[in-house]
Amino acid sequence: MGAANANLVRPLPLMDGLTKQFYEWCSRGELRFQRCSRCGAFRHVPRELCAECGSFDWEWARSSGKGTVFTYTVVARALHPAFANATPYAAVVVELEEGVRLLGNVVDCPPDQLRIGMPVHVDFEKQTEAVTLPVFRSR
Amino acid sequence: MEANQLKDGACIVGIGETAVCRKPGSGLSEMALQLKAVAAALDDAGLKAREIDGIMPFPNLGRAEAFAASLGCANLRFAATLNLGGAAPVAALRMAAMAVVTGSANYVLVPGGWNGFSGARTREITAGDADSIPGGAIARDHYLPFGLSAPPQWYALMAKRHMHEYGTREEQLGAVALAMRKHAQLNPGALMCGKPMTMGDYLASPMIAEPYRLLDCCLETDGAAAYIVTTTARARDLRQRPVVIMGAAANQPYPADDIINRQDFHRTGLTIAAPEAFAMAGVSPADVDFAQIYDCFTFEVIQQLEEAGFCRRGEGGAFVENGGIELGGRLLVNTHGGLLSQAHLLGLGHVVEGVRQLRGEAGVRQVIDAEIGVVTGWGDFGDGSIAILRRGD
Repeated sequence: MGAANANLVRPLPLMDGLTKQFYEWCSRGELRFQRCSRCGAFRHVPRELCAECGSFDWEWARSSGKGTVFTYTVVARALHPAFANATPYAAVVVELEEGVRLLGNVVDCPPDQLRIGMPVHVDFEKQTEAVTLPVFRSR
Repeated sequence: MEANQLKDGACIVGIGETAVCRKPGSGLSEMALQLKAVAAALDDAGLKAREIDGIMPFPNLGRAEAFAASLGCANLRFAATLNLGGAAPVAALRMAAMAVVTGSANYVLVPGGWNGFSGARTREITAGDADSIPGGAIARDHYLPFGLSAPPQWYALMAKRHMHEYGTREEQLGAVALAMRKHAQLNPGALMCGKPMTMGDYLASPMIAEPYRLLDCCLETDGAAAYIVTTTARARDLRQRPVVIMGAAANQPYPADDIINRQDFHRTGLTIAAPEAFAMAGVSPADVDFAQIYDCFTFEVIQQLEEAGFCRRGEGGAFVENGGIELGGRLLVNTHGGLLSQAHLLGLGHVVEGVRQLRGEAGVRQVIDAEIGVVTGWGDFGDGSIAILRRGD
């Protein structure tokens, strides 16, 4: 992993279909997940159909943005050149109040102070004109 | 046809393996490397290449058509690839048995091999090709932007949660690495033969993705292996003592393509496949003489021992401690040294070693009177496969 690669930009999601819609809500500063219009079940990652009840009807329902750390890893050695200058960094799985889990980074807590069960809330970081990523802050 | 009608209906009748290496690399194309292993398996079985009428290539490592054209298989009645990553070669035992027992093919070839060291590295493939695994697009859109690009990072999320829920400790992960390294000392073909390891070495190795250190991670190597399956009836006329497929099954976690949104976070493909395979075989985990467990990372061994029923969920850490999976322990795991200390042969190496043990051809590491052995596979975001094999007559 040469230094020449270290300034590569962070890889971003392919803005297409339902994924694009999810991240477009992030650009507006809102965390929204699909919620089934028939049975009310939340789901993530985006899917076309409710696996609980089979309904095709759903809406983008706003999340409270509050959750707790479910699990995480601290990456000490980057395995992708775009993250070579970022180590050590943590990727956390947050279980939100709606019951779905979202992977992200906690931006205001050193990796060695993360704990499973820690409360966090969502915030947003603009990456490009098109893409804003959800991030988490401890609370 | 009930699945248990496959019981004892098919056998592994040929195995082949190339030498393994890192530097300077195999010097061969991945197809040439695999064909060398295939030639060895054909020779071992006493079969001619043109007798092969079924081929099951590993995902993304060559098409059945290309294998057939090189081998002169002009009667390819059966061709399939199982998109289960490292779980594919053991899952293929079930499908190959289905093919031969139903008469869809007479001799099914399962090859696999790669330049895992000198060619593209796994971390480059998983980050760069969303089609490389079934969950690849989800990884690209929902994991990669946050810095997770490769298997040790994804699986670390599982290990970390297990440690939190059950108190699994880093020294217990280390016990897995030590066991594999110890067994590799008895395998001259293992890359880590002659390089013993202590717990101090393990704990001093650099962190990669917590809780995984360098020595929790499998080797990246060049090499290939292959096996051949036919019916138990045909096996009687071939060169080797057959190894009978008593039971085999494969399954996936749910959802299979997203690692983080699983209601039961620890339920993997093996959780469902293992009871099915043991029921088909008519034996229990207590009846086996050894287990070849797909050891991509140390925690995955602990997790598979739990989910396969060798111990209860949460007890895997204690199970592997104090030599529990070493020679003389409660369950002998990976007699060849595994992916961690022999080589990364995509799970084929575990099948080949299982067959050697059941034939009684494992040399100084032979398990005395080995009659029944288990082989597992793990792939992608937790796909699982398992086969229960028996020494044939």
